[in-house]
Amino acid sequence: MIPVSVAFLPLTDSAVLIAAREKGFATDAGLALDLVRTTSWATARDRLVYGQVQAAHMLAPLAIAVTLGLGQHPATLAAPFKLNVNGNALAMASDFAAALDPDPAQRLADPVAAAHDFAGAIGLHRRKPVIGIVHRFSSHALMLRYWLASAGVNADRDLSLRVLPPSLMVEALRAGEIDGFIAGEPWSSVAVADGIAEIVAAGSRIWQRGVEKVLAFRADWMEAHPDIVDRLLPALARAAAWCDDAANHDALAALLERPEYVGRSAAELMPALTGRIVLRPGEGPIDVPDFLLFQREAANFPWRSQALWIYSQLVRWGMVKTGPQIERRAADVFRSDVYRRALAGSGLPMPGASMKVEGALSSPMSVGTHKGALTLGPDRFFDGRAFDPNDVTGYLKGLAAISTD
Amino acid sequence: MRIAIVDDSGLRATVLGDGLREAGYDDIHVVPPRGAFVAILERMAPDVVLMDLGSPSRDSLEEMLVVSRALARPIAMFVDQSDDAMIGAAIDAGVSAYVVDGLRKERVKPILDLAIRRFNAFARMQADLDEARTALADRKTVDRAKAILMKTRGLQEPEAYAALRSAAMNQGRKIVDVAEALITASSLLGGIE
Repeated sequence: MIPVSVAFLPLTDSAVLIAAREKGFATDAGLALDLVRTTSWATARDRLVYGQVQAAHMLAPLAIAVTLGLGQHPATLAAPFKLNVNGNALAMASDFAAALDPDPAQRLADPVAAAHDFAGAIGLHRRKPVIGIVHRFSSHALMLRYWLASAGVNADRDLSLRVLPPSLMVEALRAGEIDGFIAGEPWSSVAVADGIAEIVAAGSRIWQRGVEKVLAFRADWMEAHPDIVDRLLPALARAAAWCDDAANHDALAALLERPEYVGRSAAELMPALTGRIVLRPGEGPIDVPDFLLFQREAANFPWRSQALWIYSQLVRWGMVKTGPQIERRAADVFRSDVYRRALAGSGLPMPGASMKVEGALSSPMSVGTHKGALTLGPDRFFDGRAFDPNDVTGYLKGLAAISTD
Repeated sequence: MRIAIVDDSGLRATVLGDGLREAGYDDIHVVPPRGAFVAILERMAPDVVLMDLGSPSRDSLEEMLVVSRALARPIAMFVDQSDDAMIGAAIDAGVSAYVVDGLRKERVKPILDLAIRRFNAFARMQADLDEARTALADRKTVDRAKAILMKTRGLQEPEAYAALRSAAMNQGRKIVDVAEALITASSLLGGIE
């Protein structure tokens, strides 16, 4: 058995790692998978950058930011495998939510109207609303900014964004320190179950196939250990397929529930797994299909175009300088080449391309593969705008035309 | 040199603060990572921030380091990025340190060394305490099981203990596990505890 340590945060989308360890997929691949629970992204990053773990469950934008030297510890990271697609939700305190459409299902069904209602509610609120985000470089924070900008909201000016770890969000909301938060599950569902918040937006309704967590390595370690990477990725792909299978959701929730993993009740974990989401305390669930994907539609494939979309958002919000070299380094974090190599013998359908126009599919479509059949689901952004990775500059010009003054 | 200790555990902060004072540092402030702790730190303008690596509030602190203009100079974590052995020791001990950029390494290293030693000592203390607590709880369980045996089977204490021990040895289990099983069974059967 080859030992491999992976840092993770207690979130529903750490499921693939946990299933790989607990359901024998790692052992079958000859790996002794050791999972190191950490409560902050900073600690997961430090453990990875300083070699205490070989890989980490990581926010995709954080992997890019660390590589571009935007945080505390610059290091070249590599993400050859996405751990999930979608899976987060925006929960707002009940009094704030009262200023939005009275029908919570309608808020999710019409994100354009919901963004405008939200912009109006900011004006009505007694002070600048304080929204908890898990990290400046989190997919959810970028999605929140993107969504509200469509209604003229500039998050840096019109909101107070406060960084809190996901596991402290619910307590901060209860104490009135924040008015809402956007985080990975189960935390939004926990806030609703506790009767203090309503889910007013879901990531999957802002971008139907949004990039979320990746498995990140140090690039030099990954290059030096192709043998381990080529064992680990297929094991994770098998675990991801197991997690996606509805027949296993009860068993998966029972695993995640354990204190050494997520440590929240199965009742709080199930909504994200089944896509049956309770939006308002005391009401029945509604169906949010594709709330969280683990493996289907080649969810684990690291499309370089998705890394570039993240880069475009970092540029948009002034978090990174723009330039062809920086753009190239950002795209290079997503290692579709390593995915292809490691999963070549897995029998999984392999996308023919490594970049695609993001947000171009309104209905499921079969795409070119090297092997097998692959159908990609609809991946539209809620505003209908498409992202062409070959024209980041043009895309940014289009976004700049949206007035947030 | 102003040192801020951000820590949830009052005891560990005391252990660390005492050590630093003994070493001659006297401008030491303990800040629990709750509520508006970031604003408190901004006003305090420390040269060194020591924080528990396991604290979930590290992301909040780092966000402050990015956006805050209150700190005159940028803060870099750890002393010297090239000193991998020290960084490894710090991470092992659970220490994270943020140091104002420009502070000389030889001025900061003793502080970090001390923090690592004190964090390790605290972890050992905690482990000893947990062990002592478990031992005490185990002894109480065994005492209750002995009492049940003495009452129901009319045994003397040494005989009751011997009965438990031989059952444990025969089943390859710990005495405390056998004692627990006995207490559970006895209460299910409506017996006395």
